[in-house]
Amino acid sequence: MTENPQNVHPLEDLVRMDRIPHIWCPGCGTGSVFASCLTAMKQTGIPYNQFAMVSGIGCSGRGAGYINIDSFHTTHGRAIPFATGIKMASPDLNVIVFSGDGDLFAIGGNHFIHAARRNMDITVICVNNLTYGMTGGQVAATTPHLAKSSTTTVGNPETPFSLPFLAYASGATYIARWTMLHARDLADSIEEALVHKGFSFIEVLSPCPVNFGRRNKEKPLDTLKKYYENTIVRNGANPAELDIDYKKGVILGKFADIDKPTHDEKYKKMYWPDEK
Amino acid sequence: MKPAVLTGEHFINGDVACAEGAIAAGCRFFGGYPITPATEVAEHISERLPDVGGTFIQMEDEIAAMTSILGAAWTGIKTMTATSGPGFSLMMETVGLAVVTETPCVVVNVQRAGPSTGLPTQGAQADMMQVRWGSHGDYEIIAIAPSSPQEMFDLTIIAFNLSEKYRTPVFIMSDEIVGHMSEKVVIPDARKIKTVSRPKPTGRKDKFRLYKPGPDGVAPMPSIGEGYNVHVTGLTHDEKGYPVMSVDTQKEMIARLLGKIRNNLDDIIMTQEYMLEDADIVIVSYGVSARTAYTAVEEARNMGIKAGLLRLITVWPFPEQKIRELAKRVKGFVTVEINMGQICREVQRCAGIPTYLAGHAGGAIIPPDDVLNILKERF
Amino acid sequence: MKYWRVPLDSHEVQVTRGHVHIIADRCKGCGYCIAYCPREILEFSKAFNAKGYHPPVVKKDDCLNCHYCELLCPEFAIFSIER
Ligand code: SF4
Ligand code: SF4
Ligand code: SF4
Repeated sequence: MTENPQNVHPLEDLVRMDRIPHIWCPGCGTGSVFASCLTAMKQTGIPYNQFAMVSGIGCSGRGAGYINIDSFHTTHGRAIPFATGIKMASPDLNVIVFSGDGDLFAIGGNHFIHAARRNMDITVICVNNLTYGMTGGQVAATTPHLAKSSTTTVGNPETPFSLPFLAYASGATYIARWTMLHARDLADSIEEALVHKGFSFIEVLSPCPVNFGRRNKEKPLDTLKKYYENTIVRNGANPAELDIDYKKGVILGKFADIDKPTHDEKYKKMYWPDEK
Repeated sequence: MKPAVLTGEHFINGDVACAEGAIAAGCRFFGGYPITPATEVAEHISERLPDVGGTFIQMEDEIAAMTSILGAAWTGIKTMTATSGPGFSLMMETVGLAVVTETPCVVVNVQRAGPSTGLPTQGAQADMMQVRWGSHGDYEIIAIAPSSPQEMFDLTIIAFNLSEKYRTPVFIMSDEIVGHMSEKVVIPDARKIKTVSRPKPTGRKDKFRLYKPGPDGVAPMPSIGEGYNVHVTGLTHDEKGYPVMSVDTQKEMIARLLGKIRNNLDDIIMTQEYMLEDADIVIVSYGVSARTAYTAVEEARNMGIKAGLLRLITVWPFPEQKIRELAKRVKGFVTVEINMGQICREVQRCAGIPTYLAGHAGGAIIPPDDVLNILKERF
Repeated sequence: MKYWRVPLDSHEVQVTRGHVHIIADRCKGCGYCIAYCPREILEFSKAFNAKGYHPPVVKKDDCLNCHYCELLCPEFAIFSIER
């Protein structure tokens, strides 16, 4: 090992280093997803000031606070409508929503389906840790049936959403699922999503060892082992068959990449048909 | 394609006048959601915004509508939404975010009677305390009450100007009656309309601090993409905009948020006086009720009662000083408002002398006789 | 204990040689880089870093410069450079 005299991690120009260390717990996957996201942004070659990041509330919602571009940490569930406002007013900006499953799919679920329906040209990255991490591990709309949480101590009686299926039914035009361990695929997929015209959604399975793993007898490396051994990459898989079941194998990959006019393209065409 | 300012005489309702005022003020984005009796604002502005290069979107609910106008505002443009009681309740969450992130925007509430679904098609002025206190935490806002379609135009422009100058949400607290009433509205020449835009930062970007206030207590505001790399959060934050979870930071932040309004009251507060000089009873009113109050003052004078009118054009911040001064030389106050005593309570707090309410639970205007009866019976 | 041998992205990455660089004081000791380095060249150090965790150290100088640890590390604490 030779010394790098600068000791500069290649992502540092995109990170607010004056705010590091971040708040994410040891073994939390959010930081990994965040690193893949920053890498993807670099890979696009788009100047940083043409991006904006919007987050909601929760552990992954803190992402906007660490990225060194114009970034917005909004209220719980409202990252997508905030991003919609940015995009409507400034269609040339690349708007990334980086948030969690609770934020995007419980309190913010309505906004998600409508932005997807409109094919609003934004990229939504959901760090899915199957729980409400920040508040201490309560049951979420993504918590597996029977899994334990602080509000379902004997097990979750409910059935979780399949997020890519929901995105598909709502009209998202780019849909993928990865785990944080599939960091390279994830970064490449985010890069694709960022340049994709239309509503892009990427679900990233990510461990919350502190508030989900602990209650469900899963150490961080156990979770990663499941990601490694019990997942199947199947691009173009039927969105209806994407339930998260590690016994059957969890399907990862890109499930949709559809070319359709975006909301701003349609708006422009209707109201300013002469404009190029 | 039509110009932004439709100079000339129009016969339009208050909601439409409000939309025209917004466009004339420079509003270029509107995020809305249909609700009686505010829908006409959205309908009209949805047609008008593309004329001037602006955009409109009907969001999935009022939470989204209100949130979208904040996002759009950070791209550097002026933005607005409009609603009524039930939608206003939903917007309260984002009002707090607008206040704490110091995002300029205008919110129109065409009030109807509540609580809950209440009387959707009938007017009230019962959201006057909600606009002041409806979001959680300590804050100050600016709320303006137009009395006519003409004022829906004129005061909407002022609302935008104040919101830009002080980087704060400004509320147009209209009501179903003014919103749906059609009257002559004169739109002046574009050059005669004074518009204000938010202060912009200058100097080195790497030294920039998002919430470092200028001399008037307001910090310059960059837009997305200008290279300032701002971080904007609803968490308690320091001058840089970074979250800091400490008692001192909270104290400083709140002091500045309150201060930028409280230290500029003379610039913000607008009132109108009628026959106040020699009055010994002051009628305090705002919005549509000020029209009733005006008639009541005239009739009272005919009957030999020395009543005068103090009309609140800005209801918030409250003209506390004015009420206190008047209280020293008059016998009492009567507030005229379509609610069960919201601003009455505020006048009582400031005046400390007999103060009565001419009000009711909503659905109709306050008849001038209700005011006269109080004047006769109580004084 | 190791369950896997083939790097997740071996199909994409050319075999080159690199140096892995560790910013020890940023590490929170999750061990992800150690467990998933395709060359298995990392191990926990005996020493503690400033935060009280055991950061990785290089046990054999055989880095592929695949940048995988760099992408996976949640703490921006490890990266590779071309040799
Ligand atoms: S609580 Fe869970 S999700 Fe939140 S930072 Fe900790 S490990 Fe990550
Ligand atoms: S992945 Fe990063 S934080 Fe985890 S052990 Fe390796 S260097 Fe430390
Ligand atoms: S870059 Fe990192 S993961 Fe890849 S071989 Fe080198 S040390 Fe291992």
